[in-house]
Amino acid sequence: MSILDDNHLHADPGIESHHPVTHAPSNGHSNPIGAVAVAAGSPTPLQRQAARTIFQKGAPGRRAFQCPELDVPVVDPEELLPARLRRGEPARLPEVSEPEIVRHYVGLSKRNFDLDSGFYPLGSCTMKHNPRLHERAAALPGHARLHPLQDPERSQGALELMWNLQQALAEISGLANVSLQPSAGSHGELAGVLLSRAFHEDRGETRTKVLTPDTAHGTNPATVTMAGLQVVKVATDEHGGIDMEDLRAKADEQVACLMLTNPNTLGLFDPNIAEVAEIVHGVGATLYYDGANLNAVMGLSRPGDMGFDIVHFNLHKSFTQPHGGGGPGSGPIAVSDRIAPFLPVPILTRHEDGSFSLEQDPEGSKSIGRLRGFQGNYGCFVRSYAYICSLGGDGLRDASEVAVLNANYLLACLREEPVGEHLPLAYGELCMHEFVLSGGPMKRTLGIKTLDLAKRLLDFGFHPPTVYFPLLVEEALMIEPTETETKETLDSFAGALGAILREAAEDPTIAAAAPFTTPVRRLDEVGAAKNPVIRETLT
Amino acid sequence: MLAAIGVSSLQEIFDRQIPEDVRLRRDLDLPAGRSEQDVYEHLRELASRNVSCEEEISFLGAGMYDHYVPALIDMLTERSEFLTPYTPYQPEISQGGLQVMFEYQTAISELTGLPVSNASTYEGPSAVAAAGYLAKLHNQRTRFVVSAGLHPHSIQTLRTYAHGYGMDVVEVPLRDGVTDSDAWAAAIDGDTSAAIFAQPNFYGAVEDAAALSAAAKAGNGDGNGNGAAVPAPVVICQVDPIALGILATPGECGVDVAVGEGQPLGNRLDFGGPSFGLFAAREEYLRRMPGRIAGQTTDVDGRRGFVLTLQTREQHIRREKATSNICTAQALNALAGVVYLAWLGRRGLVELGELLLARTHYARETLSAIEGVEKLHSGPVVREFAIRLDADVAAVRRRCAEQGINAGVDLQALTGRPEDAGGLLVAITERRSRADIDRLAGVLAAAVAAERRTAVPA
Repeated sequence: MSILDDNHLHADPGIESHHPVTHAPSNGHSNPIGAVAVAAGSPTPLQRQAARTIFQKGAPGRRAFQCPELDVPVVDPEELLPARLRRGEPARLPEVSEPEIVRHYVGLSKRNFDLDSGFYPLGSCTMKHNPRLHERAAALPGHARLHPLQDPERSQGALELMWNLQQALAEISGLANVSLQPSAGSHGELAGVLLSRAFHEDRGETRTKVLTPDTAHGTNPATVTMAGLQVVKVATDEHGGIDMEDLRAKADEQVACLMLTNPNTLGLFDPNIAEVAEIVHGVGATLYYDGANLNAVMGLSRPGDMGFDIVHFNLHKSFTQPHGGGGPGSGPIAVSDRIAPFLPVPILTRHEDGSFSLEQDPEGSKSIGRLRGFQGNYGCFVRSYAYICSLGGDGLRDASEVAVLNANYLLACLREEPVGEHLPLAYGELCMHEFVLSGGPMKRTLGIKTLDLAKRLLDFGFHPPTVYFPLLVEEALMIEPTETETKETLDSFAGALGAILREAAEDPTIAAAAPFTTPVRRLDEVGAAKNPVIRETLT
Repeated sequence: MLAAIGVSSLQEIFDRQIPEDVRLRRDLDLPAGRSEQDVYEHLRELASRNVSCEEEISFLGAGMYDHYVPALIDMLTERSEFLTPYTPYQPEISQGGLQVMFEYQTAISELTGLPVSNASTYEGPSAVAAAGYLAKLHNQRTRFVVSAGLHPHSIQTLRTYAHGYGMDVVEVPLRDGVTDSDAWAAAIDGDTSAAIFAQPNFYGAVEDAAALSAAAKAGNGDGNGNGAAVPAPVVICQVDPIALGILATPGECGVDVAVGEGQPLGNRLDFGGPSFGLFAAREEYLRRMPGRIAGQTTDVDGRRGFVLTLQTREQHIRREKATSNICTAQALNALAGVVYLAWLGRRGLVELGELLLARTHYARETLSAIEGVEKLHSGPVVREFAIRLDADVAAVRRRCAEQGINAGVDLQALTGRPEDAGGLLVAITERRSRADIDRLAGVLAAAVAAERRTAVPA
């Protein structure tokens, strides 16, 4: 018997954030904006489809793949590969025809909400439109079927594309030295902290601490631990920026680096950024810029000019690599001259004759080493480079300006009745590309939580904002509309929030039991973690 | 819109927020924007200056392979519903993506014979490094023992990460093309956090995975880490998922954590990425796994559904105590992977493995029969093999390229190892027919002969 036959996993002490709500809405309730709520008991067509996996479909012997003929002499199998090295039983993969595969996965796709279908104001994720040109360009065989170990002289087009992208990212960030290698934002962060560490080690210093604001993304502290350093949290002041007194108290010669997102996760540009840089550099530490929110400042303000030493970009945010339902992404980094000798290898080099190569051990390098195989997520480079070519310098600035305009317009709409009193802005007056509302008053006065509001938005055809982040805001809703949404979309989203709050004032149980129209309704996350089933039971 | 905001101009919004001393008061020094048509032409022109596997007969491999990607994968991965969503933070409207993850995890567990799989990591070499971090969290020891048969990019990546979390990396040499079993056993001790090897190894040879696992755990009780004064190190194996159609699974061989490069499963070459990293383990490592995991559950009406689960491992909940900093990694690439495995199917994966095995054997025998060419080792190979040329490899490869053949990877150029001088690594896929192999043999024979004449003037 295979160990896979037992599909029971032992309970994990999982602490999931939210308990599901099990009660149904009051029956026969009239919905303020029409037939959005479907009463429990009359399921939608998608709800009537029971979820069956590809492993539960097909029949023995059914198939899609046709193997090429064996065109070489038959050799004794034992001579090719002795039995003791061979697999006993075949992997129990599905046995399905091509039409079944297509129906199955097209059917699954219909159980997803996506950016091409509707508004996706997910804070800190920059869900901007993904132009289809990028997919077409990336699919050209000269890009898509290019082997990563092709000789440099026969991959000059790819290397030139990477070079041009590096130059553009250097200009946008104000930091001249770029590595495209990291696979994602989190990977870029790891590169950044390792670079900072290497910089100090090279000077004979062992520094153990990394400062991060309490508004930071969770990846920041997780990265610091992976890089063998300790996190020290810096408080946020009453305006939403870094608490300067706390920073001064904690900035000492044990600090390797300060990791900062600017504008921060509250959507606020730190007014003291120059002073922050001065304090951090004053104790000999480096300044790391988490580029998650770069979409607010392209062409308007540059991390390099703010005093940052290291920046990571999220090509899947600011530079519109499609998110893919959770990857792929790409997290290039740009660094100041003093950090450049430590950049990961290989280093893309341009020679005097205009040709390019990838150098594994360039002169003067004190590289931290390699962070992954080959040279990075080139397919993402093609898309983001296409984006930068399409927009140009002016277009990138326009994108950021409109992103900020849209965010402020939506914020203004949401300060009006009936939203403003229930969902006040947590910090600041204006915002950059995103803003954070607090659902605390709503919870107290209307009796619905931010989670309920988010779930009810699903019935209105909107993806909810990021919820319960940043942690320092009670019942937080983090809203980032991006520049590619129209005024009409922003208006209708504001209208939906208003309608839900009015509805909740009449009957809070509706939102508390939402959603009603989605392929499945609220799911038992606690049960999933208590008795984990993470693969199909096969026979 | 400005009136609603209560400002007189767009600039006022910025003037009130960004301090003047950090404003960029000039245009970005970038080329002006261009039309869609112009950008397409520019990218097409760049593509035309690359020689892809479409334009030559390529025997390049070493981690990424030119397998045929069925058309239905292009169709599915280009669908808006898979291409454009974010991570499934709202499970009620993300059931498609979550179920794909659940199916993917099932397929990876089947391939590897290990009961728990995550929903993917970035790619192969960083998955090795992530497995190293899992071992470090698990036993808090100080050293990794790695086989020199691990992909050089994996070893280099592991070293980069290991320096961060404070670990040493010790390399065990090969003998006869596979990990030297005596040196392997001698290198592993009570300070060893993880013992790491590749199957098949970087040079194409099939390792005796069961013996390597057993040796790593020997002297540590019963071979399963029980009954010993010092628990066994975590045994980590980097696998090639295509080869697992015919090779004994990591689970069968006593491996604790299997990681690997997922590109061969229905993903494009893309000059090296994006692809995905597979990551599967025994259950005792579940709580240390990096990345997302999808789990089955029910909704309030009792319908079957899927959610991200066991999130208390993850950065957005645990912050500095997380098991990894990774977020969602490669969902779209993992989708291509599971669709590919369904397309191959239960029998197809085995048939493909047998075809590659037979063609790889044929290719090795054919090439090593050439004057001035010998096998680097003679043990079993399944999809890739190494030969040694009695001629300058770079020059031979150039001559082959002129004939439209990319003969393979220059071993020493990739590994930097002196002992790899003259080495050529040749990869076979189902797209490389016997006729292609015979063509390579002809071109290689002529190239080697010509280079030998050049090198040793009469």
